[in-house]
Amino acid sequence: MSSRIFGSGIKRREDPRLITGKARYTDDLSLPGMLHMAVVRSPVAHGRIVSIDVGTARKAAGVAAVFTAEDVDLAPIPCAWLLPDSDLKLPAHPALAAGKVRYVGDAVAIVLAEDRYQAQDAADLVQVEYEPLEAAVDPEKAAGESAPQLFEDVPGNLAFRWVATNGADEVEQAFREATVVVEERIVQQRLLPTAMEPRSALAQWNGPAEELTLWCTSQNPHIHRHVLSAVTGVPDHKLRVVAPEVGGGFGSKIPVYPDEALVCWAARKLDRPVKWTETRGENYLATIHGRDHVEYVGIAADSEGRVQAIRGKIYAAMGAYLSTAAPGIPTILHGLMYSGPYAIPHFRCETLGVFTNTTPTDAYRGAGRPEATFLVERLMERLAERLELDPVELRRRNLIPAFDNGHEVCTGLTYDSGNYTANLDKALEKAAYGKLRAAQEEARRQGRLVGIGVTTYAEICGLGPSQVAGAIGFQGGLWESAIVRVSATGKVQVMIGSSPHGQGEETTFAQIVSSEVGIPVEDIEIVHGDTDRTPMGWGTYGSRTTPVSGAAVTLATRKIREKARQLAAHLLEAALEDVDYDDGKFFVKGSPEHHKTIQEMALMATVAWNLPEGMDPGLEASQFYDPPNFVYPFGTHIAQVEVDPETGDVELQRYVAVDDCGPHINPVIVAGQIHGGIVQGVGQALTEGCRYDPQGQLLTGSLMDYAVPRADMFPRLELDHTVTPSPHHPIGVKGVGETGTIASTITVYNAVMDALRPLGVSTVEMPLTPYRVFTAIREARGEGEN
Amino acid sequence: MKISLIVNGTRYEREVEPRTLLVHFLREHLGLTGSNIGCDTSQCGACTVHLDGVPLKSCTCLAVQADGREVTTIEGLARDGELHPLQQAFWDKHGLQCGYCTPGMIMAAAGLLAEDPDPTEQEIRHGLEGNLCRCTGYQKIVESIQEAARRMGGGR
Repeated sequence: MSSRIFGSGIKRREDPRLITGKARYTDDLSLPGMLHMAVVRSPVAHGRIVSIDVGTARKAAGVAAVFTAEDVDLAPIPCAWLLPDSDLKLPAHPALAAGKVRYVGDAVAIVLAEDRYQAQDAADLVQVEYEPLEAAVDPEKAAGESAPQLFEDVPGNLAFRWVATNGADEVEQAFREATVVVEERIVQQRLLPTAMEPRSALAQWNGPAEELTLWCTSQNPHIHRHVLSAVTGVPDHKLRVVAPEVGGGFGSKIPVYPDEALVCWAARKLDRPVKWTETRGENYLATIHGRDHVEYVGIAADSEGRVQAIRGKIYAAMGAYLSTAAPGIPTILHGLMYSGPYAIPHFRCETLGVFTNTTPTDAYRGAGRPEATFLVERLMERLAERLELDPVELRRRNLIPAFDNGHEVCTGLTYDSGNYTANLDKALEKAAYGKLRAAQEEARRQGRLVGIGVTTYAEICGLGPSQVAGAIGFQGGLWESAIVRVSATGKVQVMIGSSPHGQGEETTFAQIVSSEVGIPVEDIEIVHGDTDRTPMGWGTYGSRTTPVSGAAVTLATRKIREKARQLAAHLLEAALEDVDYDDGKFFVKGSPEHHKTIQEMALMATVAWNLPEGMDPGLEASQFYDPPNFVYPFGTHIAQVEVDPETGDVELQRYVAVDDCGPHINPVIVAGQIHGGIVQGVGQALTEGCRYDPQGQLLTGSLMDYAVPRADMFPRLELDHTVTPSPHHPIGVKGVGETGTIASTITVYNAVMDALRPLGVSTVEMPLTPYRVFTAIREARGEGEN
Repeated sequence: MKISLIVNGTRYEREVEPRTLLVHFLREHLGLTGSNIGCDTSQCGACTVHLDGVPLKSCTCLAVQADGREVTTIEGLARDGELHPLQQAFWDKHGLQCGYCTPGMIMAAAGLLAEDPDPTEQEIRHGLEGNLCRCTGYQKIVESIQEAARRMGGGR
């Protein structure tokens, strides 16, 4: 079956334009008469705007206009995840700050000029006088009694309080009666997503038609269309959003941002195309950040190490305003994953969403689940220490036994399928775990600090059933749709509502279609990222594109195949039930030599000269797909590190990852997703940390201060996989975009703590920079700081 | 100021503001948008081009400093419709995902292989320390460069 290329690591079809510099990202686009927009941003974290003087800026060379809040009639930027039962507060988030600024980077004015340099020059001439106020920066302190208040009508800066438990009394009882209780304070430091392409937006107003087109760096152009329609007042059927080539997102290009709305507004107001592209410095101020929790967590177990309950109280920084999906991240996507891959009877998660005078937070790769995996796995590690059990043995005792069609955990979720122990065994074998531990013993005898971290994880992705979306307050559905259109010549266009930006679906979705109808991949085009060319879809995030959008593509293609089979039966003058399909050909059972090809059926369906009674012309199918459940990938990651006691430097020596995301459509692309995720997660463990000073000044405002991982930090990552199909998905696949990030941070963290254990060090705040590790070593040795 | 330079084999004469960065000149004056801008502090390397055959982050150089010199960008790397071995190897080995860092990665790697046609994996990893990628975890970038080195006659 030559054309069945499902599972083949074919080369990516998106690459030729990318390796030759011909791809077009948003900032690569220019339109005649285009103005450049620069945004004047607040340099103070919290303050009253006393006055804004734009007079000098307006007279500067090349300036077409300068606008402040009083000029702009945009509706506030909405939050789209309204947690139920949480007393969620929704203070307005104006596109331009009026009266008060609430974080360094808050937009206060925009300048439109003929070129990029002139716009920035003039922005520097806008004089804004601020009356500074005390800032609230740390989420735990911001929730305290004497903290500065961001909003008059949000007492205690508390955006929401959300509690999830399957029995608060039972959790308390489990902790009271447990043989062993471990409690930890964990700081999930703030991270900067740092997609390599900064955000950009270009808007064009078509006056006579009253239509607006926005090209922008979006992971979800249909969501951008709907939200920006509400913000700008341009009806959604007159608003086209195009996500051209998009240079990575990692969650940071999900939200709808003030600058995007302002570009739309200015283009319409001035009736000229307007482009805005952020600098990296601006990206660090005005694009969402991730994580930023202070967590108090605990685990209770019996003497055999069987976990009885797990709980967490989470102070989660929201930043100065609620970004698009922010409230859902440290709650739904976090607390409901406290069971991990383990059979844990009771759980409780209490999350306090806290406003802080910082850049808003929102989904960043993994979004809530890395934090959940971190705390579960950190507690498991500490529990193993307390019980003097090998950490693998402790996990083994708690793993949920294999299941292939649904298993309900204490958080109320029903995992689709899992075979955790087999996966763990495969990883242990690949890493030669026994030998690793023996080598560690030997190293310790020599006084070397060698550590091993092992993580078993399960995660939730493939978001998700729309009924659930509604129940958890997401202001939209989470289905996808696809149109598969076969032309008279047998060429295929597949229009999808999701919006890949590096994940490779132009290749993998063509592989799906090809394997379903036998049309070669070269004849299949995947069309995405343009609301005028594609059907509605909710976008690419939450490892959902292949599980949800891919299912829509699969089922639409199967409709095509079935229609072609009916037409073939008619033309072969055979009963439908006698006509078989294989590899692009339809034939009467037992006579494959007399066949009709899918291409012939495409032609005959298009010309419609001889269709069976009741059949419509054309070979085209549309499919909406609302998944019946989420998907739950899982896996085992193992890291070995060595810490240099003289410098505190951590060397990552080995990294083994055995993941299970169901069948691989393209194993090379799967490996790439896992590699990238692991490295990004290790960045959190070892190098990345966004810092503010107590006045709310961003201290890590550039790539000189914020340490994105580099190539030379890593050994060759060793991957393998198990395959446990999802029972509810048409081709069994689960998501793989976030698994690496979900597992790797804690794997490396636990490995470093394991290395430091002989010294008595048990906690070092991330990132585990040489200075912090060195300091912890010195303190443990009683040498103190010098 | 008036400058005259050769870009991808073609001579251009243009009037530029003295402060114009080379990367902005290439992108906005010549329409060569393959060199991308990922930072403003010369860390990311997405804008790497060759100036007189030597890799250069084109955000660290003024257009006027390229006066009288020769620039090669990612658009000029393929010759006569043939991909450069590095471009081909990045494609064959899945050395890219979103593609944004890729032009700079390839241009930097070309400089690396020009200096050392037979680098070890560690030398490649060190050689890429001026180029950031957020998607790939670097592994397949390293493999791509190793593959290109083999095809170009060096490599191990």
